[in-house]
Amino acid sequence: MKLLYFAWLRERIGRAEEDLAPPAEVADVARLIDWLKARGPGYAAAFADLRVVRVAVNQDYVPVDHPVRAGDEVAFFPPVTGGSA
Amino acid sequence: MIRVQTEDFDVGAELKALTAGNTAIGGVALFVGLVRDMAGGQAVGAMTLEHYPGMTERQLEKIEAEARARWPLDATLIVHRHGRLEPGDQIVLVICASAHREAALEACAFLIDWLKTKAPFWKSEATPEGPRWVEARAEDDHAAARWQR
Repeated sequence: MKLLYFAWLRERIGRAEEDLAPPAEVADVARLIDWLKARGPGYAAAFADLRVVRVAVNQDYVPVDHPVRAGDEVAFFPPVTGGSA
Repeated sequence: MIRVQTEDFDVGAELKALTAGNTAIGGVALFVGLVRDMAGGQAVGAMTLEHYPGMTERQLEKIEAEARARWPLDATLIVHRHGRLEPGDQIVLVICASAHREAALEACAFLIDWLKTKAPFWKSEATPEGPRWVEARAEDDHAAARWQR
């Protein structure tokens, strides 16, 4: 599974992307977040407030109950701030 | 058509290229976003725009397709820049061309509202206290929500 982190999530976790193989019981986004939080304080800090974390699986926005599986590209990032005034 | 790039764009040239040879077009609406020098009452220097290559293009294409399904448009263009930008720099361009003004104006407003809430870009502003990630504003969600039906 390819994991991508953007903006302050990338800074807190300390990397932009990584390839990980979570165990089979990590079957949806919510369980993936719980599993990642246990990997270290940077991850715990990045996922401390899920109200300001958005998730995309294979480049589409998804809710946290969306399934994840091997081979997926899963991205975590803050609410977007493109465009202009 | 959508483009994501670091380079600046020439509004006149883009407009001319988009409408060239299509005399069915009766009206063109365009929006140009600029980098402001103030945010939340604080002076801002340069900013850096990070984005999610791949998803950005995918989301912009989806938003553009949605606009073309909702309004009778003859041509559309979205250009969004990323990388380092200074106050006064152009950051985003949206052009919508149609036989009539109403479709062009409404679709242009729809696209700019939607790309603000859907396109995966993040601004980091240089402030006197150091770089700061810009927080999303609830008003932007409200602006996008008015197009929901």
